[in-house]
Order: sequence, then C-alpha cells, then structure tokens
Amino acid sequence: MVFSPELAEIRFGCGLSPVQARPQSPAAMVDALLAADVAAQAFPIEPFPAFRARLVEQKRLARAMRQADSPARQAVLKDENRARNKQTRRESILWFGQSLLRWVHTSQGFRERLVHFWADHFTAQGKRGAMTHGGLPYQEEAIRPNISGRFEDLLFDAVTHPLMVHYLDQRSSIGPGSEIAREKPNAGLNENLAREVLELHTLGVSGPYTQADVRQLAELFTGMGYLPHKGFIYRAKAAEPGAETVLGKNYGGAKARLGDVRAVLRDLARHPATAEHVATKLAVHFLSDAPPPELVAHVAARYRETRGELTEVYRALLEHPLAWEPGLQNVKPAFDYVASGCRALALSAERMTGAKPNHLKRVFLGPMKMMGQPWLRPAGPDGWSEDDSEWLSPQGQAARIGWAMSAPTRLTPDLIDPRAFLDHALGPYASPVLRRQVHGAETREEGVGLVLMSPSFQRR
Amino acid sequence: MTDIPTRRQVLNRALALGCSAAASPLLTPLSLAQTPGQNRLVVIILRGGMDAIDVIRPYGDPDYRLARPTLAVGSAQPDLDGFFGLHPAFKNLMPLWKKGELAFVQAVATPYRNKRSHFDGQDLLEGGLVKHDAARGGWLNRAVQLVPGAEMQTAFGLGQGVQRVLVGSAPVAHWAPDADLSLSPQTLDRARQVMSEDPEFSQAFAQAVALSSGGARDRKPEQGKGPSHVNIARYAAEQLRGDTRVVTFSLNGWDTHRDQSGGLARAADRLTQAILTLRNELGNAIWDKTTIVTMSEFGRTVAENGSRGTDHGTGGAMILTGGAVRGGRVFGDWPGLAEAQLFQGRDLMPTADVREMTGWVLKWALGLNTADLERQVFPGLQLGSDPGFLL
Repeated sequence: MVFSPELAEIRFGCGLSPVQARPQSPAAMVDALLAADVAAQAFPIEPFPAFRARLVEQKRLARAMRQADSPARQAVLKDENRARNKQTRRESILWFGQSLLRWVHTSQGFRERLVHFWADHFTAQGKRGAMTHGGLPYQEEAIRPNISGRFEDLLFDAVTHPLMVHYLDQRSSIGPGSEIAREKPNAGLNENLAREVLELHTLGVSGPYTQADVRQLAELFTGMGYLPHKGFIYRAKAAEPGAETVLGKNYGGAKARLGDVRAVLRDLARHPATAEHVATKLAVHFLSDAPPPELVAHVAARYRETRGELTEVYRALLEHPLAWEPGLQNVKPAFDYVASGCRALALSAERMTGAKPNHLKRVFLGPMKMMGQPWLRPAGPDGWSEDDSEWLSPQGQAARIGWAMSAPTRLTPDLIDPRAFLDHALGPYASPVLRRQVHGAETREEGVGLVLMSPSFQRR
Repeated sequence: MTDIPTRRQVLNRALALGCSAAASPLLTPLSLAQTPGQNRLVVIILRGGMDAIDVIRPYGDPDYRLARPTLAVGSAQPDLDGFFGLHPAFKNLMPLWKKGELAFVQAVATPYRNKRSHFDGQDLLEGGLVKHDAARGGWLNRAVQLVPGAEMQTAFGLGQGVQRVLVGSAPVAHWAPDADLSLSPQTLDRARQVMSEDPEFSQAFAQAVALSSGGARDRKPEQGKGPSHVNIARYAAEQLRGDTRVVTFSLNGWDTHRDQSGGLARAADRLTQAILTLRNELGNAIWDKTTIVTMSEFGRTVAENGSRGTDHGTGGAMILTGGAVRGGRVFGDWPGLAEAQLFQGRDLMPTADVREMTGWVLKWALGLNTADLERQVFPGLQLGSDPGFLL
C-alpha cells in the first residue's frame, strides 16, 4: 500500500496517458494544484461574466417583444431569440469539447478530478433560456478557482453564484417582513436553497440541523439575487430584518447585510459535521463505495484542524496508506470513462478544434446519455450517484462496449496497435487474461475496444 | 441465479417505447412482475413531493384560503364532495370520479419526519420501513415474493437508474431500447473472457448480451409517438393485458417551489394522461380488476411561499383509481389547517401511514394476509381497520 505514479494517475487523476508525465509523489500532486492551471489556459471556456452578456441580450429581446407594436415585429424578435439560444447551445457543446481536452492533455490530473468532484457537490443547472447552458461558465467562475483554497470560500462562491441562485429558486425568496414584501403582500420565503445548503453542501442529511434551522437560514438568505448585467446582487430591501438563529447562533441584526450570509456559511463550513460529510464524500469518490473508516476519520480530523483548508484535506487523503490499496475499485462514471479513454488514445487537440457540435454529440454526448450520464444534467441537486451499481447496468455497459468498439477509430483514424495501447491505457494493470485476448484480437478496432471495455479500465 | 429474459421478450417489451423515451428527462424506469391471480396493480411514484392541498383542495376549510392567497383562487371547481375540490388540471378524471372509480386518501405520510429531504424521503417511501435499509430492498419486491407461485421473472426498467420499490433479491435489469450490442461471435467470446475476471462486470455483460445479442435488425422498432409518459402507460397496459400483474413507474416534476400553478398543472396533466391511457388501453374487463395507486415522498407546506409555490412538507395524499376502486370519496381524517392543527406549525398533519393504506391495496391485489403484511412487507406496521376503498 504505497504510492505509485500509475495508481496516482488512475485513481486520483484522469487515467494513464502515453505522453503526459505522471506525478512522482502525493506532495507533488498537491503542489500541482498551487501551480498555474495549465489546462484551463490551453483550453479556455467562456467564463461566467462573458456568458452573462447572453443573459443581458435575452432580457433585452424579451422586453422588446413585450413592447413590440405588431405581431410581425414580435415574430422577428422571437426568431432572433431562438437563433441566439441555438448559437449558445452550439457553443456550449464546444465548451464540452474543451473540458474533454483538459482531461486528455493535463499534467495535473488531480485538478480536473477535483473540479468535477466539486462541481458535482455544488450541482447547479440552468432551467430556462440561455441560462440552460451556463453550467461550464459557472464552474469556471465559482468552482475551478476555489478547489485549492478554503472550503468556506468555495461554499460562498458556489452558493451565491447566479446559476445556483437561479437553480434553487433563491431569487424569488423574499423576507416576509422586508421592504419589498410591504409592497407585494404575497412575497415570502422559498426554502429550497437553504435546505440544500444544509443537507447537501455542508452538514449532510444526518447532520445536527432541524427544520427550524432550514427556516432561519432561508430568512438569512433573503436578499440574495442576481441581475444579468451585474451578476450576483444583494438586495437589502428583500432581506428579512432582524436576527436569525442557525444552529443556536445569532446572525444579523438591525441592518441586513451580505456579511451575515458570509458569516453563517463560514460557520457551517467549519462545523465538525461538515468535516465528516466532506471527508466521507471525498473518500467515497476517490476510493470506494465503502471507504475505510480510519481513513475517513483521518481526513475529517485534518479538515477540522485546518478549518477546511482544502489542500491540507487532500494531503491527508493522499498520505494515508489505505488510499493506495493496489486493487482498483470504483467504476468510472460515463464522462470519466470516455475522457480517460481519449487520454489513453492521446486524442490530439487538432482533431477536436475543427469538430462540429453535431460530431461531438454523436461521438460523446449521445453515448454518455446512453451510459446513464447526460452531460451536466443529473436528476437533482444531489448530483451523480457514487454507487458502482449505477454504472454497471446492462444498458450502460452495452453503451460503453458500443463506444469502445466504434469511437476510437473515429477519433484516431490511424488507430494504434492494440498491444501498445494496452500498455498505454493500463500499464501494470493489464492482466494476463486481457493481454492474451488483446493480442489475439482480429482487428485493431477489436483489440482497442477490448482494452477499453475491460473491467480494469472501467475501474480506478 | 439471474433470470435473463429472452431476447424476444425484451424486444417485445423494450421496443414498444421507441427511442424518444430515452431522451426525456421525465422518463423514469418501469418495472414489472408476474404473479398468479387476475388482479392488476399499478404503483406510480410521484417524485418531488406532490402538494396534496393543491391537488385535493379543502375549500371548505376556512384556513385554506388564508394560507394560500394565490393558489386557492377558484378552488371549488370541479367540486368533489362539498368540502374538497379537485385541481382543474385533473378535470378529465372527473368522469372516473362520477363512476365511483376514483378516490383520494388525504393527510397520509410515510414515517419520514423532520428533515424533508427528497432523497431520504424517496428511499423511505420505496423501502417501506421505519428506517431505510437498502439491503432489505423495496416493499413491493418483498410483497411480490410472498405470493405463492409468483414467478419472479425479471423486472426491468427503461431509462436511467433503478426503481427502488422493486429492488431486492429478485433480479432486476434495466434496459433502453437503443442500447444495442452488435459484436461478432468471436469478439463476443473475447469480451466474455475479458469480463470474466470481474464478477460484477461479468454479470452485467451477460445480461447485456442476453438482452440484445443476435441484433435487433429483424424487427423494426415502433417509434414511440407522443410523450413518454403516455408511451410508458401504453406499454404498461400492453403488459398488463398479458401475464404481468404488477407494474411500477414514476413521474417526476412535483417539486413545485416556484410558480406552482404552472408546474403542478403540467405534472397533473401528465398523470391524468397516463391514467387515462391505462384506462383506455386496458379495456373494460381488465380495468375492472385494476387498481392504480399513486404516492409521493411527502406533501408540501400548508402556507404558500414567497414564490407562488410551496416548500417541502409532511402530510400528503394518495390517488386511487381503477375499476376495482370503491371511489367517489375522499378517504382519510382531515386534520384541519389552523396553525395549532399543523405538524410543527407548518405542514399538513398526517393522520394515517401511507404504508397502512398500501397494505390494504396489497391485501386486495396480491391476496396477502395481514400477518405477512405486518411482518414481512412493512415490519412493525399495524394494518388497522379496512378503509374500504377497494371492492
């Protein structure tokens, strides 16, 4: 149970690559998080502030439609809106391509894994119009820059992000005693975000909170909103006046301020139940469905000692001997599966740069949906399942096998020799049985497909 | 020990839904079971927390309008019984109500309290225990296994995920019609060798092969025309006309935190269409032996929230319909909506357990006895007196 560069890359990174250097120690893996984000620089994705221009434009068109003086004018505006939405959808598919290329070409695999982990922990989805495509811009702004800081900062940026505020209905939650509520008698609270912050983002569902805490937190959250041209805003006029009590502690007072939201999120982030919840989720995600309790305890202790200093939390995970059990365990989710396949194939950025959205849909997004993971569309705010059984359905396996047999030759027409590919993809994890079958394969497609469908390649 | 349906069975079942089904976010898995006997049971899980108070509207309760200033508008129509009105999006079910084939049970809940989490709430709803225990599977699975001579043949769903209510020691596979494997016999053999090193993969692979090998080329998939919930209902009806006796699926979209009047109407419309499709496709003789029951993980807050919606609550409702239902009545003890009558001052107070009501449905549909229901299916539950909602 010792560190190995191959296991580091398979279990904690994006999978083995024939061209990228492997990390040489746990310390190097953490240090890489503090170095420049090379993959994001090489493969940019539209950041949220730029994405907001699309929301501004949408709002302008909506207003013009309301004010249009003729049905003909209205129809023209409607078409323009539709065309813009279509354009945004096409571009968002290209951003998916960039995400994939980051995974394929990074030398900081642990960073990509953490971005995906936290983006899932803080699942947020657009529900209408252009916002529907805001998932990756949200990650660029709220998640990616925060994965190696303090959990409380990540929490604050994710929870106050316009996409989260939109997704969990926070914008329409108005303090019943607020200034706005006096003008709109039906205005009132919406508990959705407050509940998920306690249940999913911080303490966990078995944490020590009650319905009263949900309610008080919802009152404290009133005032949080966003505007297309400004991004996140805090409207004191919508905020419930007076103090609120969450987990026995008072927040706020005479004047409503965003500082109180920051304070309660900081306290929730530093709560021991959050330490336990985050440590367990990390261990389940990186190790197995039932991780060793002593390892979870070790990670949670470090979290508590450092008040959620994430690089230290990761260090605790990586330094524990049980993190390096040699047997591969978790089954990769669909994206990780296809992306690590592309990494083993050393899919070139040049082949992807000219790719049309429809091509990406055919080769990646469609198959991922069949594998049970439509891109950025989990069923609810709890994100994707960590249960291996979720990815082991016969249907999902059939989709993986279909992809393994057909995609590699479409992606790399000059398909690699499967015997070499076996070493590229699995290194020391190629079993004698697999080696024999791959060496005996009739065609390159078949040989490469067998490697990719093998249990060793699907686990990590 | 895995029952694998023949390819023909699978094609017959799976293709009926067509390809459009897999793409719908509202599509959820569907599971089937065969038992002897003639009674049919359809369990529809309404995910997200159905607002009982907005579906079966207590317009006769003076506190109702106070709690729901915008949602209560026009609530007496269509009228059910002089106290409750039905949400207008369900109006096409009124002929069933008038025939006595539609009933409601108000103010019911699972034992789940306080945290109001969808995910825990659904686990408990489908598990049917006081405390969730994944290892014990779902209540419907436990119930079906108690039926003498029941053939626990594969129940499989379509789409993503699994329907926990039928999960258990009976084999479950899930399948989407367009996930087809086409491997040459040689490749198939190599793949089998490769998978043989890992029992979990080996099993999934064997099922995948059984479900699709030989290629589906000899039969053209019937493209499912129309929305997926209608296709699911049509498909369920087709199975219930054959050997299938129990079907379960779920419909999403009930989590109406915001602008509930629109969201609930859409969800209600889907459910109405699903029910009426079942009604029409089953035919009179089978409909007379059928009970359709809906349940949801919890109800919603009595008071409207600030977004013309409602938040997670406790007491909810069940809908019962079918030729076997003694309907035209709203069952359940109405607890009232005055603040002191609410659960924790906010939610509809549950006056009965969803599992108790379900127990009576199972007693009828599967012929189970009280002792088995109280010990095996819902351990620790007291079945109480017969509410009398089935013929």
